[in-house]
Amino acid sequence: MRVMAQVAMVMNLDKCIGCHTCSVTCKQTWTNRSGTEYAWFNNVETRPGQGYPRAYEDQDRWKGGWALKHGRLVPRSGGRARRLARLFANPELPSLQDYYEPWTYDYENLISAPLGDDVPTAPPRSLIDGRPTSVTWGPNWDDDLGGGPEHLAADPVLKKMNADVRLEYEQAFMFYLPRICEHCLNPSCVAVCPSGALYKRIEDGIVLVDQDRCRGWRMCVTGCPYKKVYFNHSSGKAEKCTFCYPRIEAGEPTVCSETCVGRLRYLGVILYDADKVGDAAATPDEQDLYEAQLECFLDPDDPEVARAAEASGIPHDWITAARRSPVHALISRYRVALPLHPEYRTMPMVWYIPPLSPVVESLTATGHDGEDPAKLFAAIDSLRIPVEYLAGLFTAGDPGPVEASLCRLAAMRSHMRRVNLGEERDPAIAAAVGMDTESIEAMYRLLALAKYEERYVIPTSYAVSSGAETDGGCSLDHDGGPGMYGADTFHAPLVDVPAGGPSALPGGHEPEHAGTSLRGRVNLLGWNGRGRPAGLFPRRGEQTE
Amino acid sequence: MNHLHTALWGVLPYLCVGLLVTGTAWRYRYDRFGFTTRSSQLHEHRLLSVGGPLFHFGLLFVVAGHVIGLAVPESWTDRAHVHERLYHANALLVGGTAGLATLAGLVILLYRRLRVPAVRAATSRSDRVVHPVLITVILAGLVATATTLQPHPYDYRVGVSVWFRSLFGLDPDVSAMSDAPFVYQLHALLGMALFALWPFSRLVHAFTAPLGYLARPYVVYRSRGARHAPAPRPGSHPAPPPGTHAPPPDAVSRR
Repeated sequence: MRVMAQVAMVMNLDKCIGCHTCSVTCKQTWTNRSGTEYAWFNNVETRPGQGYPRAYEDQDRWKGGWALKHGRLVPRSGGRARRLARLFANPELPSLQDYYEPWTYDYENLISAPLGDDVPTAPPRSLIDGRPTSVTWGPNWDDDLGGGPEHLAADPVLKKMNADVRLEYEQAFMFYLPRICEHCLNPSCVAVCPSGALYKRIEDGIVLVDQDRCRGWRMCVTGCPYKKVYFNHSSGKAEKCTFCYPRIEAGEPTVCSETCVGRLRYLGVILYDADKVGDAAATPDEQDLYEAQLECFLDPDDPEVARAAEASGIPHDWITAARRSPVHALISRYRVALPLHPEYRTMPMVWYIPPLSPVVESLTATGHDGEDPAKLFAAIDSLRIPVEYLAGLFTAGDPGPVEASLCRLAAMRSHMRRVNLGEERDPAIAAAVGMDTESIEAMYRLLALAKYEERYVIPTSYAVSSGAETDGGCSLDHDGGPGMYGADTFHAPLVDVPAGGPSALPGGHEPEHAGTSLRGRVNLLGWNGRGRPAGLFPRRGEQTE
Repeated sequence: MNHLHTALWGVLPYLCVGLLVTGTAWRYRYDRFGFTTRSSQLHEHRLLSVGGPLFHFGLLFVVAGHVIGLAVPESWTDRAHVHERLYHANALLVGGTAGLATLAGLVILLYRRLRVPAVRAATSRSDRVVHPVLITVILAGLVATATTLQPHPYDYRVGVSVWFRSLFGLDPDVSAMSDAPFVYQLHALLGMALFALWPFSRLVHAFTAPLGYLARPYVVYRSRGARHAPAPRPGSHPAPPPGTHAPPPDAVSRR
């Protein structure tokens, strides 16, 4: 047993209202730069629908993920030699049209247009070449099933279901699927990178791109079956969801989680056995992959696991965090969360609780009591369409785990209704789904009431070396990176100016946060009028720019 | 005239190589982020899927041909009983084909760069310098190859090649080059220009050919502590080496 830790995420799809706040805050944080206009590390797609980029789940076309070749795992886009042979033109790279051509509006025209009879407009302009463009597609063009049946028909998950199901489907149900990088246990983007620039971090399992090693060979874009690695066409480098690692390292949730209006995201540590991952990913039957991945996860309450974890260098507070992990509870204890497309064999680590609301709604629409347990269980069993579609998303088409998860959620609903109405608890409800009243109420607490500290159980990072002061720079400060804007670019933070220069500070040092970008700047608001503020004049003999 | 030839064939090569080496070292040290192919496949892929492989694979053959033609002395092939006619027929056929493929690929790529608005917008200043040099050097090379079809062709193996090999001996044979026909001189000059431009353009991506990929395990693991350390095996947690990069622990503890 080789224990490794991963910070993982679970999203409760029942709560997603499709407001795109996660997408927007993520974009403002990470991809509001030129070259990444079209990239959304987090996007919310309406299902059924094509998603973003268009029909990315069609792996016959895009060749993402892994395939089994004579029992061995090989990237679907081909092994090492085939990858290198396609270096000069990658035949399976989505073009910008498959994402969308980013645009802005010519606002200048609103104020500079000559006087005329018509109100001036702000016509759209391409952000790629600056020419007039017509807006024909966007990152969420089919939001709320917009665009109608012909857009829906291109949904690769829907295509796999049979025709009559599809027809019925349009009236049946709709839900939102927020997506980020899956930070897989067996990442195929890492596997196909010729430069070795992509890597999985040992400490927390976050998959990152080393910007200094990336040479822009674009194989990772093809390799990722979720199409969550993007090519920055301005810097010529791959970029992807970072799981907001600077925040995770500090014990804070990702930006998408922090700003989620529906509070549907959960973050926590999962311990897994790295020795089992390879075999699990090579499970012959696609439908067994969900169970195989579950078996890779370790129970942090097992003392033997805790001992092995400490032996492999995982600190104690990570193990205690794993015990309190809401993600571990939802995936392994209550078994309500499911992986997205396990059939890609990448062992994704962002899991989803399937939405029960559509089932309840269609039951209520037929005039039944949407919360009667018997009726609900029967409805889950008989409403083939939503279950089959969800199975196409989460279990490679096996309806069993989806049904089990939905039944547990239904049981929780019925159980809690009795509690709220002051009726006697009925242990039979919980027993029918293999739970007891205690755990069903604990699950209810986690899904309905959990506060910030319960939803995000993130221990701070542990590979901090003693050499922190050798490199004070932020790791995002590289050219073209999200942190490239120095303090000078926007505003200088207020710096208290001690009278009598730097020597007035204890220890005679300059304040630590007064970096080079602030040298030569002084905030006179903090000057008490006595003495000469430090930095008002350049130091003698020091070169100024 | 003698001084000019000495400057061109005796001094300039060393200046270019010096620029190539120091420039690349400087760029690798200060602009590792800039080592990229700057691919524009996202903007346009149809023309690229033809032109890209045609140009690059053609170029690989051209480079191999140059290595053989310049580095292998005539006495070696004589000893191996490769007849002069056979040698040149082979050079003409294989080299000519590879050169034409390279030229065709570059023409497609240049057409694409000029006519596809998104690709044109993504063109950098160094591209505008490198592309004309590249196409003229290929044209000059092809013309030089074509001249071997003449009844009494210039034998570069006793001229240009001798000069090229003498460069490595730090005793440049200037006369071997100054007697060469003009196309060969032009080709050599532009070739030197290309090497001088190399570190300052997108050509640097050739130095990062990912051959290590063939030997690497598929999944790369790296520790947070070691920033540029080689990938360790999963689970084998190395103790973070002192002095490596890590953000200051107090810099991010808000809330």
